[in-house]
Amino acid sequence: MRKIVGLILWLVLVAFLVWGTLQIHPFGDPPSDMDDYIIENAQEETGNNNVVGSVVFDYRGFDTLGEATILFTAVTGVLLLLRTLKRKEEDS
Amino acid sequence: MLSKIVRSVANQLIVFILIFGLYVIAHGHLTPGGGFQGGAVVVSGVVMLMVAFSSKELKKSLRERVLSIMESTGALVFIALAFAGIGTAFFYNLLVGTPIFGHIPPTGSNPGDFWTGGVVPLMNLAVGLKVIAGLSAVVLAMALFSSGEEVDE
Repeated sequence: MRKIVGLILWLVLVAFLVWGTLQIHPFGDPPSDMDDYIIENAQEETGNNNVVGSVVFDYRGFDTLGEATILFTAVTGVLLLLRTLKRKEEDS
Repeated sequence: MLSKIVRSVANQLIVFILIFGLYVIAHGHLTPGGGFQGGAVVVSGVVMLMVAFSSKELKKSLRERVLSIMESTGALVFIALAFAGIGTAFFYNLLVGTPIFGHIPPTGSNPGDFWTGGVVPLMNLAVGLKVIAGLSAVVLAMALFSSGEEVDE
């Protein structure tokens, strides 16, 4: 029974992935004009020679804020967790 | 603690690793890289020191409290720079056109001018500080924990 359910789920997943792959835009034909705009205007608008940097810190700065928050949360979590475990060992 | 050969080589090599990491951070608006990548390079140097010497030895110079303050400073400077342009939009690059980091390079390939990029170089420095402090704290805490040492404040 579990094998049959697994097989069905596997088939659904494979069908979904194949369907999704067929939906991809053809290579070199992006779905929007945003990248052309950034390539042409990023140096003039932000003054960055590194256009990737201008996207990361200027056009999509909000994403980078989230990224920095993830790092902050990870550091806080690691320090908190290791410290707590240490305290518990001492108590017992 | 590893052998004297490893320790000597690490002692010499850390200078170049730190310089390369800080170069990647400072030139994030000109060459590939930026705050995250350069910070990771610097932290790899810290990990090398941690392997060559012991994490107990490194704990004496890298205090957790100082690292926490460094990381918080980086995060606050980053958010403050983002809010500085709130008059137009969040994350608006308000330094473009001003004398501070405000030169505008010609479009297309060019040798590069350090005083370009607006707030992006400053944000790179802030994020680099944050990544250096944060990842160093994480690696140090893990190393100290696995070696059974106490993780100080």
